[in-house]
Amino acid sequence: MSSGLYSSKKADFDTTLDLTHMKPYGDTMNDGKVQISFALPVPDSEVAVEAAKQLATKMGLTEPIVTHHAPLDKNFSFFVIYGMLNHYVDYTHIHVDSVDVPTMTMEETDFFIQQNLGRKIKVIGASTGTDAHTVGIDAIMNMKGYAGHYGLERYKMIEALNLGSQVTNEDFIRKAVEFDADVMLVSQTVTQKNVHIQNLTELVELLEAERLRKRFLLIIGGPRINHELAKELGCDAGFGPGKFADDVASFICEELVARQQQNLSLLLF
Amino acid sequence: MAKLRLDLEKVLQARDAARQIAQDTQDYIDQFTTSTIERSICRLLGIDGIDVLGVPLPNVVVDHLESRQLLGHGAAFWLGQAAISLGMEPQEIAEGIAKGELDLSQVESVDRLEIQLWAEKKAHEAVGKIHHNRIIREEKLREYGDHPGPLIYVIVATGNIYQDIIQAKAAATQGADIIAVIRTTGQSLLDYVPYGATTEGFGGTMATQENFHLMRAALDEVGEELGRYIRLCNYCSGLCMPEIAVMGAFERLDVMLNDALYGILFRDINMQRTLIDQSFSRLINAAAGIIINTGEDNYLTTSDAYEEAHTVLASQLINEQFALKAGMFEEQMGLGHAFEMNPELKNAFLYELAQAQMARQIFPNAPLKYMPPTKFKTGNIFKAHVQDALFNMVTVISDQKIHLLGMLTEAIHTPFMADRALAIENARYIATSMADFGEDIEFREGGIMEQRANEVLDLALDLLQNIQRDGLFRTIEEGRFAGIKRPFEGGKGLSGVVLKEEQYFNPFIPLLMEESRLGSERYHQQKLQADQGEDHE
Repeated sequence: MSSGLYSSKKADFDTTLDLTHMKPYGDTMNDGKVQISFALPVPDSEVAVEAAKQLATKMGLTEPIVTHHAPLDKNFSFFVIYGMLNHYVDYTHIHVDSVDVPTMTMEETDFFIQQNLGRKIKVIGASTGTDAHTVGIDAIMNMKGYAGHYGLERYKMIEALNLGSQVTNEDFIRKAVEFDADVMLVSQTVTQKNVHIQNLTELVELLEAERLRKRFLLIIGGPRINHELAKELGCDAGFGPGKFADDVASFICEELVARQQQNLSLLLF
Repeated sequence: MAKLRLDLEKVLQARDAARQIAQDTQDYIDQFTTSTIERSICRLLGIDGIDVLGVPLPNVVVDHLESRQLLGHGAAFWLGQAAISLGMEPQEIAEGIAKGELDLSQVESVDRLEIQLWAEKKAHEAVGKIHHNRIIREEKLREYGDHPGPLIYVIVATGNIYQDIIQAKAAATQGADIIAVIRTTGQSLLDYVPYGATTEGFGGTMATQENFHLMRAALDEVGEELGRYIRLCNYCSGLCMPEIAVMGAFERLDVMLNDALYGILFRDINMQRTLIDQSFSRLINAAAGIIINTGEDNYLTTSDAYEEAHTVLASQLINEQFALKAGMFEEQMGLGHAFEMNPELKNAFLYELAQAQMARQIFPNAPLKYMPPTKFKTGNIFKAHVQDALFNMVTVISDQKIHLLGMLTEAIHTPFMADRALAIENARYIATSMADFGEDIEFREGGIMEQRANEVLDLALDLLQNIQRDGLFRTIEEGRFAGIKRPFEGGKGLSGVVLKEEQYFNPFIPLLMEESRLGSERYHQQKLQADQGEDHE
C-alpha cells in the first residue's frame, strides 16, 4: 500500500473558493500547496537544508518541508520543497491583453484569404539581432510545422519567406521592402539580460524613422513574449508558448482584412 | 505477445499443491463462523443504521447473540424465529434489541423448517438486489464498451468524501478508469463499520455505505459525461471483510481489495478469523461480479523484491484457488504483484519484466493488479517520475490489466490533483508510444529474463510443496511470507471466531454460489459473442 508522511492535521482554513483571494490548490480548496526546487552553492548538509527552508519561508511558504536534498558536487546541493503559499491574488481584477481572434484551420484560413483578400499574403520572418536560434521561426514558418501544426509555407494563400537567424534589423527591413511583405514576423528565443527588449525596441524605432511602421503588420513571438509586451513595444501582436502557425495565420488574415475594410471606408468618405 | 518458455509441468504441479493447500484450509475454516459474518448476514437481511450511542445495529444484534452464546446457530436462525413469532421485520427486531425491549433467547420457538423458508425468501430478496446491480454494471459496460488496454487505477485519499468526489471526477476526466478511495488509517482494525457520510480521516476516508453510495453516484455522473464506465474500488479487508463486501455489493462497487494474508501479515489480524471472514466475503464479491485485488505486492514492500519474488507467485496461486472455491471466474481475480526492486540493482528492469510476464502467462485471463514502485521513492519527485515510467513500460509490454499508477509524490503526501494528472499523462504516453511493443519482440531463449522466470517458478513450487506438507497456518506461523511470523492464536479478532453448532445455517451460501455461476455464464457467453463478432469483421 501507499506509504508516506501523511498529514494528520485537520484543515484550519476556510475551504470556500474566494476568487479575490485565490491560492494554489493541492487537494483541498485554499490549501496553498506548492512545490519548488532549486540548487544552492553550498555542500549538502543540515545547514544547507535549513537554508533552503529559510529561503522557502522568504518566498512566502508556511511549513516548508524539504522532501529531497542531494549533493550536486562538493560545493553544490539540490532541494525539493513542498509548502503552503501565504500569498494570494485577486483573480477578479487581473487584466490580460491577448490576441482575441478565433483560431482557424489551415484550410479555413486559406479559404478566408481567398474570399476576403483574393490574393496571397506575403509574410517575411526572421530571428533577428544576435539570436542564433531558428527553432521558433521554423516552428511557425516551415512547411512541416511543429507539434502537428503545419507552418505558413504550407498555406496555399500565404507566400512565406524565412530569412533564418542572426538577421540585423536593417537587413530585415530592407528585405521586407524588397519582398513587398504584408507581414513581418520576428522570433526572439534568447532573452538573457532582456536582449530581446533592446533588439525589438531598435527594430520599431528604425521602422518609424523610415516611416515604414504602418506599412507592415509587425508580429513578434518567443518563449518570453506575450501580447501585452508586444503592444508595449509598439508591435501589432505577440505570441508566446503554446501558440502555433494556425494562431498566427488566423490573426494575420483577420487583421489584414479588417485593415483593408478600414482603408476602403476611409477612401469612401 | 512475446512469450517466455516456462516449464509448464512445474506450473501444473504448483497449481496442484495450491489446490490442496486451499482445500485443507477450507476444511478447517468451514467449521466456524465469525461475528462479522453474522453481522453481514444481518445486513443482507436488511438491518442497517445505528443506535442512540452510535453503535451499528448489526453489531447490536450480534453482540446480543454472542453474550447469550447463541451465535453458533447463526443470526439468520434467531432473526427468523423472532420475525415469524413476533411478526416483525429484521430491522424492527434490531431496533427492539437496541432499546432493550427484546431478548432473542426469550422468543417463542418456531418450527425449524418454517424459519428456513422465511430465511430463504429474505435471502432471495437480498441476492436479487445484488443481481440488479450486477446487471446495471453489465449494461453500462455494454453501452459504453470496455477499456481494452490496462485500466488506469488511481487513488483519492483526502479524508473527506466530498473532497474525494472532486478529486475523483477530475481524475476520471483526466483518463482514470478505476478510482480507489483509500481508507482512513486504522479502519481495518475496527470491529464495526462506521455509519453515514464522513468528512474526517487520516490518510484516507472511512469506508461507509453512504460514502460508497455518494462516490458511486458521482462516478456514474462523470462516466455518463465521458461515455465511459468508471469503476469504483474500496477495501474489503480488515476485521469487517464480509460486511464491506455486502455494502459494496449493494452500492455497486466494481473492485475490492480482498486478501486475508494481507490482514494477517500487515495488520496482525488473527489468521483463523480473517481466513473464515475472507471465505464468505469472497462468495459475496463473486456473486456481485466484483473483481477482487489481492495484496501480494505488499510482500515486496517489506522484503527484498528480488529475493522474495517467488512468495508472490506462491501466494497468487493460493489466492486463485480460494477464489475458485468462492465461485469466482478467472476474469474476477485481480491477483497482485508489484514493481519494487531496488533501482540500483543491475538489470532490475529485466527481472521486473520477467516476473510480470511470467505472472501474465501463468494467469492468462486474470486481470492482474500491477502495483507501482513505492519503497524506493524518496521525495525526489523527478527520479520518482522516471521510476514510474519504467514501471509503466513493464505494464504495457506484459499487458497487465489493472494498472495502479505511481505518483511522483509517493512518500511525501497523498496525491494532489496535479500529481495524478502527471501520472496519467505519463501512463498514457507510454501506453500509446509502446502499444504493440510486446507483440513485436521475442524473449531470447535461455536469456536473462527466461532464466529468471524459471528460477522464480522453481522456488515457488518448492515453497508450495512445503506449505502443502506443513499446512498454511504453520507456514505463516514460521514467517515464510514476507518474513513475518504470526501465531495461530495470536493477533486481533480471534474472540469473534465461533464454532458452528450442528444446526447452524446461512441461507445465503447456495444463492450466492448460484448467482456467481449465472454471472460467469453470462460473461463467457458475451465474450464468445464478442470474439465471434471480431472474427466476422
